[in-house]
Amino acid sequence: MINDIKLTNAQIAWRAAQDIEDGAYVNLGIGFPEMVAQYQPEGREAIFHTENGVLGFGQAPAEGDEDWDLINAGKKAITLKPGAAFFHHADSFAMVRGGHLDVAILGAYQIAQNGDLANWRVGNKGVPAVGGAMDLVHGAGRVAVITDHVTKDGKPKLVAECTFPLTGVGCVTRVYTSLAVVDIQDGHFVLREKLPQISLEDLQAVTGAELKLDGPVADLIVPEL
Amino acid sequence: MDKTIATVADAVADIHDGATVMIGGFGGSGAPIELIHALIDKGPKNLTVINNNAGNGKIGIGAMIDAGMVAKMVCSFPRSSDPRAFTERYLDGKIELELVPQGTLAERIRAGGAGIPAFYTPTSFGTELAEGKPIEVFEGRSYVQERWLKADFAIVKGELGDPMGNLTYRLAGRNFNPLMCMAAKRTIAQVSKIVQPGGIDPEQVITPGIFVDGVVQVANPQQEEALIRAGATYP
Repeated sequence: MINDIKLTNAQIAWRAAQDIEDGAYVNLGIGFPEMVAQYQPEGREAIFHTENGVLGFGQAPAEGDEDWDLINAGKKAITLKPGAAFFHHADSFAMVRGGHLDVAILGAYQIAQNGDLANWRVGNKGVPAVGGAMDLVHGAGRVAVITDHVTKDGKPKLVAECTFPLTGVGCVTRVYTSLAVVDIQDGHFVLREKLPQISLEDLQAVTGAELKLDGPVADLIVPEL
Repeated sequence: MDKTIATVADAVADIHDGATVMIGGFGGSGAPIELIHALIDKGPKNLTVINNNAGNGKIGIGAMIDAGMVAKMVCSFPRSSDPRAFTERYLDGKIELELVPQGTLAERIRAGGAGIPAFYTPTSFGTELAEGKPIEVFEGRSYVQERWLKADFAIVKGELGDPMGNLTYRLAGRNFNPLMCMAAKRTIAQVSKIVQPGGIDPEQVITPGIFVDGVVQVANPQQEEALIRAGATYP
């Protein structure tokens, strides 16, 4: 049932993009969060930061026009917008931890009701790789997560306590899922928006901790994407 | 003063078995591929290598690992489009990994170069990467103590260099390079062009020459990512 109504990744990214103010400094995590850049509302322009030392980058270049010295943290080729800047890695992470970014948007394996985030590894097998994940969860004014509401096998990703290794403690402020928009406040999930097609009971059933209510729950309405 | 070195072979000649070597670059961006390959030609063993990644494909650091030169990697992200060299050895227990969050890696290197033995960061607090490290509370928030990171050698890639050791960088190729220049006992930079003193406007110098010991010109340098996409191998 959920699979028939849930938002696509593009729609989740679109919804997250609507909350980014004009002129905000924003870091988008590698992979799915990068999609958020495509859905900035008309008339707003965020300035995107990438950990490897660029502020103010734009879309990917056309195939064949790549310059591999000009990449983002995902090692993808990028272009520059007017007013872009380069800087070294220590300055780049000073922007992150120093509280200079307005928004960081990241992916997740699990988010706990107290804001703990697990998004860097799922167990002890294989080669561990953390990159900038543990840095990015600290310092931005808002640390948002975009994610499917449940795992591929239907288990909640919003949980009472993370069971996967933590990326950061108490760091997430808002979660945009394929079914809802949920804030994290005082150690609880607070439901802000949900798809009109799903009942509160059914949403609660696929959420691993209590969804509290604090005022009205708006309909989560997104365009076809 | 003339820090110019004639060849990449001369530039890496002092790098010895057991040395700790910082290698600049982020993925292929700003990676000193000709210096790395000169180091493979020389072939020192039992190296500790500090880089954001742990090699990609069969060139650069990946080729160093395949050549059995690397005993330990200190890095944040030992994955890439082709991480086979590191992955195989790591899973066989033949190479050690010190995994460091990327911003902590940068700041540890900066601290090493700045004479700051330790610092506190919010990064990794409450995670397995903070295990065993001192925790301190400042203004009601918990922070993890991290130690400086220093090296015997740093090999980096710049764009312009001069005989004083002043450097500029190309695009996002700057990344870890200026930090590593500060943190090694001996820093060697390959640059696309060596200009006369004054040839770099002092206002445009990114790394002041005091942090650089040798500069070698590699005109038209190869780009690691472009080599990987072309299926290149080394040697």
